Amino acid sequence: MSDSEPTALYAAREPIFPRRVSGLFRTLKWWIMGVTLGIYYLTPWIRWDRGPNLPDQGVLIDLAGRRFYFFWIEIWPHELYFVAGLLIMAGVGLFLFTSALGRVWCGYACPQTVWTDLFLLVERWIEGDRNARMRLWKSGWTPRKIRLSLAKWALWMLISVATGGAWVFYYADAPTLLRDLITLDAAPVAYFTIMILTGTTFVLGGFMREQICIYMCPWPRIQAAMMDEETLTVAYRDWRGEPRGKGTKRRALAERAAASAQAAGPRIGGRSPRIPMPGIDPAVGMPEPARDEPGDCIDCNACVNVCPVGIDIRDGQQLACITCALCIDACDDVMARIGKPRGLIDYVAFSDEKRERAGQSSLSVWRHVLRPRTVAYTTLWSLIGLALLYALFARPEIDITVAPVRNPQFVVLSDGSIRNAYDVRLRNKHGEDRPFRIQVAGDAALRLDIEGIDATQVPVPADDMAHQRVYVIASANTDPALADATSIRFWVEDVISGERAYQDSVFNGRTEQ
Amino acid sequence: MMEGRTDRDPVTGTETTGHDWDGIQELNTPLPRWWLWTFYLTIVWGIGYCIAYPAWPLIDRATAGLLGYSTRAEVEAQIAKVDARNAEVAARLASADLATLERDDPAYHYGVAGGAAVFRAHCSQCHGAGAAGALGYPNLLDDDWLWGGTLDAIAATVRHGIRNDTDDDARWSEMPAYGEFLEVEQIAAATEFVLQLSGQAHDAQLAASGAVVFADECASCHMESGTGDRENGAPDLTDAIWLYGGSRESIIESITNSRFGVMPAWGPRLDEVEIKAVTLYVHQLGGGE
Repeated sequence: MSDSEPTALYAAREPIFPRRVSGLFRTLKWWIMGVTLGIYYLTPWIRWDRGPNLPDQGVLIDLAGRRFYFFWIEIWPHELYFVAGLLIMAGVGLFLFTSALGRVWCGYACPQTVWTDLFLLVERWIEGDRNARMRLWKSGWTPRKIRLSLAKWALWMLISVATGGAWVFYYADAPTLLRDLITLDAAPVAYFTIMILTGTTFVLGGFMREQICIYMCPWPRIQAAMMDEETLTVAYRDWRGEPRGKGTKRRALAERAAASAQAAGPRIGGRSPRIPMPGIDPAVGMPEPARDEPGDCIDCNACVNVCPVGIDIRDGQQLACITCALCIDACDDVMARIGKPRGLIDYVAFSDEKRERAGQSSLSVWRHVLRPRTVAYTTLWSLIGLALLYALFARPEIDITVAPVRNPQFVVLSDGSIRNAYDVRLRNKHGEDRPFRIQVAGDAALRLDIEGIDATQVPVPADDMAHQRVYVIASANTDPALADATSIRFWVEDVISGERAYQDSVFNGRTEQ
Repeated sequence: MMEGRTDRDPVTGTETTGHDWDGIQELNTPLPRWWLWTFYLTIVWGIGYCIAYPAWPLIDRATAGLLGYSTRAEVEAQIAKVDARNAEVAARLASADLATLERDDPAYHYGVAGGAAVFRAHCSQCHGAGAAGALGYPNLLDDDWLWGGTLDAIAATVRHGIRNDTDDDARWSEMPAYGEFLEVEQIAAATEFVLQLSGQAHDAQLAASGAVVFADECASCHMESGTGDRENGAPDLTDAIWLYGGSRESIIESITNSRFGVMPAWGPRLDEVEIKAVTLYVHQLGGGE
């Protein structure tokens, strides 16, 4: 085999020093960062009055009390389908966005991207822009480097602690927990959670960065399956930019182009070699403009220098690209300066490449975004949302669930009557105690008896569930006592508000055994 | 392979490992170096874990580990923690008078919940997990009690048991096996009378003569009316509940050979809190008096 140098099976991380950039997409990303981080850090501090018996925190995941509060909505454990529904909507929403705009989640909204962006902001503020950081990286451990590094790490750590700290505030009353955290009275699990999230934020945002996206995250692998040729994604118009070049090389190219244009006249010919791709018929080919005149790309490397994952978008779509669109801003800036139209790097759909190579103009953004696939996703997403909204507003404030006791199915009493037992759970979602009246319907011969209580009313504490055993009795030789099974319905009524809820069950008669 | 720059895939430009099978080359996409260090770290962690925690299996146990950790000890600690948390309510139950214990008292809930656990561990073997009993083992859900269904009566039954020879205070009675001194015809007649008592199909003529037998032989325990006597654990023969079945054959069997159901005394085996707890549990199953 080969007798060359042994190949390296492991690669060191190449440090990346993204340059500052400004432009449309950078501004959009600043806004998104501000809004999402603002929501994350501030939400637990919003107060929401629910009355004397309930917490006054706007958003609270009360694990010990088994409640989830979201402003005016209160979710009980048995209503977890709301959470499942929201997760399904999040999934379908991700399909929708990926199918329309590619890895837009990765580029704009993923916490890994947002926090890395924030950490880069700190890094740039303390150590300077790309060139200064590169010099600092290459220099030895001078006092200045130590000072700058310590300042940077301290700020990162501050952000990390705030990030880990904000998380635990969602699970307890935030002002109380903050006081307890400071006086060291909080639960160990709170400190533990803060420590873990502080550590992950610090390491993932400060040091791992693009390594998370490239090596650890499954999402880049999955997303390719959701994209099609109409999906808008960040791409380089190589048919416009190539052959790239600058300075003398560019001048030489221009002269040669002029000469060959004189010699051969207008022509259409092959250009850069294309790697065959599955699903694309090379025979169809793409008409290409003459290759000898210089393209718009002046090979200034601005797109590479601003890239937070350290790739060259001109190499084409690649797994490492999180489509943050910063290279678009960088290139637009350069194009403006050399007096060329913007969009050498731009959101482009694969189908547009064919059109543009053929000299046609590309489709509008709306033609790409509104198509059967995205409309189907949107419809599905909306239907689930509407169903959840309906369930949210249709659900009663009181609730009954009935579990028939199966062991034994019935009991014979001394007068020969047949008795069935039911474990009844009564839920009172009001913020005050309520008496509930229980009734049974289904056969006039059935009568109800409540274990331990002489009346038909059961007191249910505020925002709580009462567990009550209930008996239904059929006298000897009545229809339900003799029948195998009789359908019955338990009604529960809030004595104060008159609200009613029911659940169906079955009464088992005496069967020969 | 190209000269000079060996080990590069001509199509993608990626380095190859140099491995070649029938012209197919293995491309080299290097793993990140930190991944390798993470892998080494897990090995170091694994060695440390083996030293600190129980790990290597020996003949009859595993190495103990330097930290002395065991899941058994952890469970014991958790149980001790729960017991400590319940100590107050348990003491309250131990000193409580069951008859006056309020239903919304925490000690009541503690008793019912704990009693359910005691019942499943010690009582369900005979009385069934659902307390519905079986042939010869009383159903504890119904409203019929051989020895009484008040809290005190249930507690006494649990504590001393029935017809056992280990507890001097065990509930005791013994029905004679009438097969030894009654004629078969007399037993058959008494059986018809018992069927009549409980409102079942019977031979009226035989029952009339059976009434005489019943008055002579049975009424001393089962009472003239046949409603039984809880002092002697004599079943009520007029109701719809039969410990050994209410059919003609079963009644003849009971009269001829008698029955002798035994329950052990739980006083020596359960502590005061457990006895009170299981009493509360049984009492609230639907038949408590």
